[in-house]
Amino acid sequence: MEFRRVVVTGLGTINPIGNSIAEYWENLENGVGGAGMITHFDASKFKTQFACEVKNFDAKEHFDRKEVRKLDLYTQYALVAVKEAMADCDLDLESEDLTKAGVIWGSGIGGIKTFLDEVKGYANGDGTPRFSPFFIPKMISDIAAGHISMKYGFQGPNYGTVSACASSSHAIIDAMNYIRLGKADVFITGGSEASVNEAGLGGFNSMQALSTNNEEFETASRPFCKTRDGFVMGEGAGCLILEEYEHAKARGAKIYAEVVGGGMSGDAYHLTATHPEGRGAINSMNMALNDADLKPEDIDYINVHGTSTPVGDIPETKAVQTVFGEHAYKLNISSTKSMTGHLLGAAGSVEAIASILAMNNQTVPPTINHKEQDPQIDERLNLTLHKAQKREIRAALSNTFGFGGHNASVIFKSFSE
Amino acid sequence: MSDIASRVKAIIVDKLGVDETEVTPEASFTNDLGADSLDTVELIMEFEKEFNIAIPDDQAENIGTVGDAVSYIEENAK
Repeated sequence: MEFRRVVVTGLGTINPIGNSIAEYWENLENGVGGAGMITHFDASKFKTQFACEVKNFDAKEHFDRKEVRKLDLYTQYALVAVKEAMADCDLDLESEDLTKAGVIWGSGIGGIKTFLDEVKGYANGDGTPRFSPFFIPKMISDIAAGHISMKYGFQGPNYGTVSACASSSHAIIDAMNYIRLGKADVFITGGSEASVNEAGLGGFNSMQALSTNNEEFETASRPFCKTRDGFVMGEGAGCLILEEYEHAKARGAKIYAEVVGGGMSGDAYHLTATHPEGRGAINSMNMALNDADLKPEDIDYINVHGTSTPVGDIPETKAVQTVFGEHAYKLNISSTKSMTGHLLGAAGSVEAIASILAMNNQTVPPTINHKEQDPQIDERLNLTLHKAQKREIRAALSNTFGFGGHNASVIFKSFSE
Repeated sequence: MSDIASRVKAIIVDKLGVDETEVTPEASFTNDLGADSLDTVELIMEFEKEFNIAIPDDQAENIGTVGDAVSYIEENAK
């Protein structure tokens, strides 16, 4: 069966290093980090007191007062990123068949702040249930997809994907496949997360997943570095408009890249630790290459999951070496989480965007904050340390791996007819 | 305006994001003030909290306008 081709025609984001695509790329290219002391709440009793927060976000600038009370922050971020991407793709909603326009949106946790506030309210009361009627429809992790569809009238396939830190990569892969199969012509896809709050930080702290390097918070997100001690929590959203190629061509749309392959696998190993040899990561990358009908040599850049945890970074580099062999040394590899922090369920979307922008600008964004070589990581790998590197990028692969052992890899290819 | 009426009005303005002048005694929550079914449930809950009363569901169904709410609360508030 011949698949239809899928292209990217719109991008939008709000994340710790950019409230627009232009600002995001400028900071990626210049290696600017987004970490700071936590301002969303008083974190003085927490082991970790810093995060990569979204800056200068005022919900009132985007939503009216009545609307905003019904939107958890994760949905607010979603709608802001989608707005930029929809303006960017310049789709004429009047002439679209909106039953062929869908939304698939990822979030690892959904409205955790809403959950926290409502349960806290109950626990502090006399036992009389006074839950808001908006509690559930504000919290659930599919509701962002629902809100997006209501805003733009998209009546095609509509749901959320949940696979922890791989959530939005799964969303992108699903959207690509449904377009390939003719189930829809256009998708709003991507993901959002907003868990820089007491429950989110406290929970990840107890798992010992987060960096506790409060003294060096600005450089604590240091993937591959020998002194890395955990990930730095980020937040925000990334949106991609995926479109069937002929549909995009017919309306003269600007095309950023082609989405050519997706790979997915399960580690079947441990709740939170990745398989030591990167078994799931290997399967995921191989499946993506096979799906894209590309050879390892066709890939020039890998935007790795690289969260800066002691146990995660090593298996991923091993997996890259297993899949790419000698070509692993010719690749550029970078972890943009060194700048954005880890956006959890939104990571796949903002890193997909980073991969696409890298290709469009023929520039690999760097892995910043690296100080000391880890002897367990092959020093011949080009991890794009410290500074961006210019190079031709024909195709880029983006990896994301989630707690539970969910792995997803997406391949974007420089567009040519 | 009674104390109850002004407190009811303040809740409606806050929850429905409407202008004070729109909150007349005849105004219907759903037809005039843009409330959907969930907004209406939330309003009733806010009235219960503000006036420390319990409004049974079968009574809540009869509260459709600002005036209905004020009358009910005047009769039932402790």
